[in-house]
Amino acid sequence: MTDHRSLHNLEIGFTGILGADGKPIGELPEFASNHKQLIALYRAMVLTRRLDEQAVALQRTGRLGTYASSLGQEAVGVGVAAAMNNNDVLLPSFREQGAQLVRGVTMVEILRYWGGDERGSCFEGPKEDFPAAIPVGSQFPHATGVALAMKLRNEARAAVVVGGDGSTSKGDFYEALNLAGVWQLPVVFVISNNQWAISVSRKKQTAAKTLAQKALAVGIAGEQVDGNDVIAVRFVVERALERARAGQGPSLIEALTYRLSDHTTADDATRYRPDEEVSARWKKEPVSRLRTYLTDLGAWTGKDEETLLNESTVQVEEAVTAYLATPLPQAGEMFDHLFESLPSDLENQRKQVEELSREKTDA
Amino acid sequence: MPEVDLLQAVNMALTKAMETDDRVIVLGEDVGVDGGVFRATNGLIERFGAERVRDTPLSEAGITGLSVGLAAQDFRPVLEIQFMGFIYPAIDQIINHASRLRNRTRGRLTCPMVLRAPFGGGIHAPEHHSESTEAMFAHIPGLRVVIPSSPKRAYGLLLAAIENPDPVVFLEPKRIYHVQKENVEDDGKALPLDRCFVLREGSDITLITWGAMIVETLAGADQLAEDGVSAEVIDVATLTPLDTDTIFSSVEKTGRCVIVHEAARTGGFGGEIAARLAEDGLLSLLAPVKRVTGYDTVIPMPRLEHHYMPSLDRILTAAREVLEYS
Repeated sequence: MTDHRSLHNLEIGFTGILGADGKPIGELPEFASNHKQLIALYRAMVLTRRLDEQAVALQRTGRLGTYASSLGQEAVGVGVAAAMNNNDVLLPSFREQGAQLVRGVTMVEILRYWGGDERGSCFEGPKEDFPAAIPVGSQFPHATGVALAMKLRNEARAAVVVGGDGSTSKGDFYEALNLAGVWQLPVVFVISNNQWAISVSRKKQTAAKTLAQKALAVGIAGEQVDGNDVIAVRFVVERALERARAGQGPSLIEALTYRLSDHTTADDATRYRPDEEVSARWKKEPVSRLRTYLTDLGAWTGKDEETLLNESTVQVEEAVTAYLATPLPQAGEMFDHLFESLPSDLENQRKQVEELSREKTDA
Repeated sequence: MPEVDLLQAVNMALTKAMETDDRVIVLGEDVGVDGGVFRATNGLIERFGAERVRDTPLSEAGITGLSVGLAAQDFRPVLEIQFMGFIYPAIDQIINHASRLRNRTRGRLTCPMVLRAPFGGGIHAPEHHSESTEAMFAHIPGLRVVIPSSPKRAYGLLLAAIENPDPVVFLEPKRIYHVQKENVEDDGKALPLDRCFVLREGSDITLITWGAMIVETLAGADQLAEDGVSAEVIDVATLTPLDTDTIFSSVEKTGRCVIVHEAARTGGFGGEIAARLAEDGLLSLLAPVKRVTGYDTVIPMPRLEHHYMPSLDRILTAAREVLEYS
């Protein structure tokens, strides 16, 4: 006879604070009473969206490489980064420009990176933050290492790692989650569940009802949050970070959002997803939701909006100008950061590429 | 000065590195309480505690990625993978992250980690425990591949690998873990990386090898000496970046070269050395370069393993063929 034992509370919490119409549906966290803080979140989301628009336009006109827009997911990146302390460490996937901007990565750096220039990942701002991880899910184990370093040094800091829904099917995700659990590391795993891993829908990714419940298998906290509600995202990530920094262990947060854009500029989402689905999701997008709430509060006016849009446009245009004016790297630079100092075995190769590039320039 | 074998020398180097640098963290499966499946980390947990000597979950990809994060935070992780056959889940982290973190951040983040793994056959181990796939790692830019072949070199090269500011894959020839004992002074002195070691000077032929094949190659040089042939023996030690200077100056002197390795022939690192000689050392050569290697087969399980391993006879045959050219 099979004996059934109750091993775990299989309930997964869900936090939503603003409804899709911008009306509160949950208790507002303390920081939300400070309108300046809410406006800061709003401005960051608007700036992110403006940057994404401009980046796609640059790609379409041949002035940027393949680009992964975060359209519709701005609340995840911005909410996550707003919850972090400066001395926490962010390990982003490739769609977290919103988080990177809030962390202090500059738009010029972001554009340089997507423009095909490694110098874009040499951040002047958050020096310990990792560059965007391109191989999906490979960043999760790094976060456990960063968190272990913090724990070994007895620091009240934490690592925050962000991946997509598809990344939760990978071994790296499970291995990192498991390591974080067994060593109680100060790390917060955020899954930006935008429902699509290129053309594979969330339903085809896993039979699990939620992605957050994967935390339960490794004995750590798991919860869901409305990922289009920046107030809720900031709130739950802040709460998880406080636990992590206090030595109370890691968390997994599944932020439910939607990718309104193509996967990247190299993708055509109309091949695999119906327009009706996308237009229905536009009604839940995060930017207008917070704008409605701020407007209802009387904290935001049409004039404020106009000013912000103009400012954001100018900021992005300035960044684009600086990006386009970036001097090309020298050919020999591909050798300069392979090792701390170039092994003599590679000196000839460096010389060769330098000479050939000079010939090309001369010709 | 203690007389130790190669495995004990590894243990000595780990102990010394942990003593001198608090940032050194030893981690891996069974490296703590058990002292490692070969006992390379024996006694470390008692001496340095479970914070710095960490038994990890069974998670090769995870702990390699974790080491990347630790290294980026200025620790010096020394990670053990139990056998080369289990290293492959870690390759994604090594090729995509460990070896390129410095490059992709233009020096902002670095990855001073060491990944240790015993490699090679000849100890009658179970399936998947006997591979020699060092050439796969040698193909990865931004990575050093270091292989010791004596207790002294194990001690000095492991210290060098741990001190090195970049990632090192440190492959230990487990067949000779207990073959040779040497007096190794525990002085904390690192040997140079990126240098081949001339183990024996000679003027008629150059025998190039690394790892456990040092034993058969040196025996080959002894046999040749009895025939009146003076063989120079080079232990490559650091496969990448390769010290071609030592190799070229030897072949300039001898004009003949045999490369010996246990790994399969095609795509093996011997091919790289032979290609370098063909490109830049051809005019020094009096004879074709020969390779004595494992076959292009899956390394057999113990019943056939001895047929696979390059033998003293095969080395001598190749050397004599090369010597026949005038």
